[in-house]
Amino acid sequence: MASNPYFSLAVLFVAALGFGLAPLGLAKLWGMVFSPPKPNAIKNSIYECGLESKGDAWMQFRSAYYLYAIIFLIFDVEAVFLLPFAVAFTGLGVAACVSMLVFVLLLIEGLAWAWAKGVLTWA
Amino acid sequence: MEEGLKIELGKQGVFVTTIEELYNWGRRSSIWPMQFGLACCAIEMIATTMARYDLARFGAEVFRPSPRQADLMIISGTVTKKMAPQVVRLYNQMAEPKYVIAMGACAISGGPFKQGYNVLKGIDRYIPVDVHIPGCPPRPEALIQAFMTLQKKIDGQNLTGEGRPRHLDAEAQGEFPVPVQGEHDLEPSSNRLVWPLPMKTGIRD
Ligand code: SF4
Repeated sequence: MASNPYFSLAVLFVAALGFGLAPLGLAKLWGMVFSPPKPNAIKNSIYECGLESKGDAWMQFRSAYYLYAIIFLIFDVEAVFLLPFAVAFTGLGVAACVSMLVFVLLLIEGLAWAWAKGVLTWA
Repeated sequence: MEEGLKIELGKQGVFVTTIEELYNWGRRSSIWPMQFGLACCAIEMIATTMARYDLARFGAEVFRPSPRQADLMIISGTVTKKMAPQVVRLYNQMAEPKYVIAMGACAISGGPFKQGYNVLKGIDRYIPVDVHIPGCPPRPEALIQAFMTLQKKIDGQNLTGEGRPRHLDAEAQGEFPVPVQGEHDLEPSSNRLVWPLPMKTGIRD
């Protein structure tokens, strides 16, 4: 077994696991002996606040905002790629320029689609 | 262990201690207060934490915005009857061991607003207070003294037997009922377990 090339890896893995778990176990032991918990309904409530939380967390909310996030992404990604492109512009060949153009057009197409759908007007 | 022997050993470079001492040293040297202020006294509390008075010397400068991480509640100001349930609820949400300093005339008795219909006449009606500091407002030095008093109190506690801290006493009650707004007053108007002796005065409370 010790001749297995993965043996040292297994030993290290167990050691690493022990290194992580031992302090946790010790802390838990210390907690059990020296600071036993006194739980109650208020302390165990999910959200710590002076006021009782009202309503259900499983509610529906308007998803309209996600469209704005996606459209923002168009400009965001565009800027990220356009900046290095512009910096290296003088040293680039025709192929690079064309592929960049295609990329920008693809993004613009997305924007145009959203615009045509009326996403840009807040309803 | 005798104090004299300990000092003698200390001179020889031998340091002896007990679990109890270490435990209490740990408790008293990192009392993290909860970050909230209720009225004008809070300004003095803020001043206490700042460079001039430097609460960090007592290991208590880490004001926690969550009751789950706080050890100490400083009631710094007027507790209105509207606010009292929230304060008690937050106290309930703090993890043991927890301490309370009632800072200023308002927190200990209602202070200048004692006659007001909407002011709680002392937070010790609902939660156990460890240290009361009088004053309107108490100066930062007074708050620091309250800290030192609390530290002394913690230091003097035994971990076992009579008078041990509440969190080590399995029997001790850990929940303090939150009052609700009644028709004329908070209900109940006090927690009989922490406020057993109502003063027999002519003044209605
Ligand atoms: S005791 Fe005085 S300073 Fe403190 S909150 Fe009351 S009125 Fe304000």
